[in-house]
Formats: sequence, structure tokens, C-alpha cells
Amino acid sequence: MLMIFGYPAPLLFGQLLLGLINGAFYALLSLGLAIIFGMLNIVNFAHGALFTMGAFVAWGLLQYFGIGYWPALLIAPLLVGLFGVLLERVFISRLYRLDHLYGLLLTFGLALIIEGLLRNEFGSAGLPYDIPAQLQGAVNLGFMFLPIYRGWVVLASMVLCLGTWLLIEKTSLGATLRAATENAPLVQAFGINVPRMITLTYAGGVALAAFGGVLAAPIYSVTPDIGGGFLITVFAVVVIGGMGSILGSILTGFSLGVVEGMTKVFYPQAASTVVFVVMVIVLLFRPAGLFGRTA
Amino acid sequence: MPEAGTGHRPMLEVRKLNAWYGESHVLHGVDFDVREGEVVTLLGRNGAGKTTTMKSIMGLVPQREGHIGFNGQEMIGLRPDQIARAGIAICPEERGIFASLNVTENLMLPRVVAPGGLDVATIHELFPNLKERAGSQGTKLSGGEQQMLAIARILRTGAKFLLLDEPTEGLAPVIVQQIGRTIREIKQRGFTVLLVEQNFHFAATVADRHYVMEHGRVIDMIDNADLHANMDKLHDYLGV
Repeated sequence: MLMIFGYPAPLLFGQLLLGLINGAFYALLSLGLAIIFGMLNIVNFAHGALFTMGAFVAWGLLQYFGIGYWPALLIAPLLVGLFGVLLERVFISRLYRLDHLYGLLLTFGLALIIEGLLRNEFGSAGLPYDIPAQLQGAVNLGFMFLPIYRGWVVLASMVLCLGTWLLIEKTSLGATLRAATENAPLVQAFGINVPRMITLTYAGGVALAAFGGVLAAPIYSVTPDIGGGFLITVFAVVVIGGMGSILGSILTGFSLGVVEGMTKVFYPQAASTVVFVVMVIVLLFRPAGLFGRTA
Repeated sequence: MPEAGTGHRPMLEVRKLNAWYGESHVLHGVDFDVREGEVVTLLGRNGAGKTTTMKSIMGLVPQREGHIGFNGQEMIGLRPDQIARAGIAICPEERGIFASLNVTENLMLPRVVAPGGLDVATIHELFPNLKERAGSQGTKLSGGEQQMLAIARILRTGAKFLLLDEPTEGLAPVIVQQIGRTIREIKQRGFTVLLVEQNFHFAATVADRHYVMEHGRVIDMIDNADLHANMDKLHDYLGV
């Protein structure tokens, strides 16, 4: 058997893949958080719960309406995005003139309510969601077996993250978004309906989380804390990448997933804390984060 | 100090305009008119309320009361984006060039609200530097170039009423002259301009009329033709 640094290659690559998969979810979640933070100046603690909602909507679509995985990939983010519109209009928009802390408390409360309701209704044992037929099985890459679905998750997340990044950096819609992040009143004075744009930005960020939730449903069972479990690590990712940095959140998301995976091979005891160790080191030397701009 | 006479209604009609920033009451009943095709300045010392007047017209103050008629439409109560769509555009005091946008993105940011704005080719003719530096980050431009960009981007929109807040502030004399030429040129093209200026020597070279502000009110109106006759009074007002 091929050995790398004294470890069998399949173990190493297996953990690398697991790391990439976790990284795929970190990236999707922290990307949405970064977009929302940039535009709304709110740390969206409800993000994990909305990821969870994405998974539950996918499960519900199949269970009650017979709508399968592929349509759910589109419908669930859309529905959760609409729910985000509602949250922003009814609750969050009232807090923009107040201290950050209120946004944090409100979204944290929303997360507890959403997760609590799901737990009440569906229990916490977890609901099964099958891998779609087209993505079942594995391919032999020579050095390891790659479960097709897991490869798909990494690929889909990368494509979506890259697409979102291109949208923000290279289009006129993105230019308007960036400008509004910098100076929203002036952008509004240029004829742009900024309040509507803020609502849609929240919906967009939330939809990314829901998309992640659908991707996760077949890997983990659908439980009320599927998203919340990611969230603490994702906040560390956001801090490491730099608050509000789009590219930073994507790259940091994937890299930290890999770092975590590799730590499981080389020093398993530290696997669950390595991300936070990195966070502390980054904060000590670059308080604005790896990709953050110092104000 | 509204103008009587001229028969038809002014393009912009400001009456009893009051504005507040939180607890502090900044404008105490501002009255003035701007007629179509004019260049009108607001003169006054620091803190007289000139910039606040501009921001109030654009809807950018937290609280305002009174009457702002633009082409017969009431602007009080509208959001800034609705005011922009009515045909008013602002070049703010701090220029408002976006650091995360390049020159072209800055130029294309304001929405086109009416036909008849300048096209990009004409803008590049007027401001050749903006063409050369199209791909540069907005805030990497020199102060003068940033000011040109801030003016250029509102000429695109088709808005015919421009609010220029201290466009010459902190710029070298040669650039100030260039901005003077630009203002005369856009007046010729049929734009109407409300200009805030500290430097009344500059204002005299571009404006038709001047309103003098003090303590959040308009206290006098001077025709540009009568400016020299009123020099003493003006020195007194502005404390220069």
C-alpha cells in the first residue's frame, strides 16, 4: 500500500475528501454570512437554522409532494429565500439604526425558534434522505474510491461560490452591491432602491445556506441541528477570512475544511479545535482577517 | 428670499425648509428658488447649512420639513432614490468615489433616470483622464480626477438638475479653472446647477445668482452682475 508521511494514502485522501466536503459547506455558509454582513451590517446567527430549513424543505418536498432532489435543489433555496425576505422585512429591517448587538440577539432568537419548531415537529433522531439515483456509487480513482455524491457536493459548492464571486466582482449588479456596502445612502441618491436591494441580498445569502442544506441532506440525516452544528466553525472561518470579504470567505472555508481533515490524520485529538487555534493565531497577527481590509 | 416676477414657476422651489440631525436643528426655514438653466450658488460660512440644504433636497437628512417643489412635484416625503428618479442628481462634498469600484464602474453606477444624458463617448471627450484610467480603482485617482469623475457620473443620468457640493474644495488652481470650464459647459448644454461654494471668487465666474446663508437661513440674494457693488456686504457675511 502507498504510504505518505507514514500514513496509508487512502486514509490521507479519504480525510482530504472529508475535509473538502466540510469545507464546501463552510464556504457556502460563510459566503452567505459575508454577503449579508457586508450589506446589512448584521451577523446573521439564523444562518445555520436556515441551512437546516433548506434540508427540511428538501425532505418535505419529497415526503409530501414527491418532488425529488434535483428540483429541490432549486425550490428549497427559493422557498427559504422567500422566508428570508419575510424575516428581513418584518424583523431585521427594524434594527438597522440600532447597535449590532440587537441584530445578533434577534437572529440568534430566530435560530432558536426555527430549530425548536423543527425539533418539536420532527424530533431530533434525524430523517433519512436518499442520494439521488444518478449520483449513487463510487468511482475508483486509482489511489482511492470517490463516492460520486461527495464529489458532486464539492463541485457544486465550488461552482456556486465561484459564480457568486463573479457576480459580485464582475457585473454591474455586483458593482452596485459593492458600492452600497461602502456608502448606501449615496447609492440610494443615485436612483437605486437600496432597501429592496438589502432585502434581496439577505434573501440571496439565505438561499445559499438553504442550497447547502439540500446538498447536506443525503450525507447527514436531516436533523434540526444539522446547520447549527456547522455554524460555530463557520463563524471562526468568517473571522479568519476577514469579515465581509467575499473571496476570503470562500478560500478560507475550503482551506479550513482541509486543515481540519488533515488534522484528523496527523493529530486527531486536535481535529475539533484546530480551526479555533488558527483563528486565535490569525487574530493575534492580522486582526482584520487574512483577506479583510483594515478600516 | 424667493424671487418674484419671471412669470412661470421656478424649476426648484424651496420654502420654509427645516432639517434636523437627531436633536440638533440645523435648517431654520430656508427659502430660495432656482430657475431652469441657471447656475445658482449657496454661499456662507462653515456651518451655515449649505451642505445640509443640498442633502435635504436629495432626501439624505434624517428629518426634514417644509416644501421642496421640483418641476411642480413635492420632494418632501420621497426617498432619495425617488428624488433621483424625479431628475435631481448630487455630487457630494466628499466626492463619494467608491474604493471598491473601478473608474468605469463608478461612472456607470448612477441609474439613468431620463433620456438626454451625456453618453460615455461625450463624457470621455470632456474628461479624457477618465478614459485613460478607466480600469483604475476609483480612489487611486488624483483629487482633481476624482472630482471630475464625481461630476461626470451624474451627467450620464439624464437628470437636468445638478447639486454640486464644493467641487473645488482642496484642489489646485489649474484644476479649479477646469471645473469652472466644465460648469459653464454643462450650463450651455441646458443643465441647471445649484452650487455650494466657499470661494466666491470662483462662484462669481460661473454663477447667475448667489444666495447667502447664515445660521440655517437664507439671508440675502445677490445677482452676479451686482456682485462687485456688494463686495463689502459679502465680505461681511462671509467673514473674509
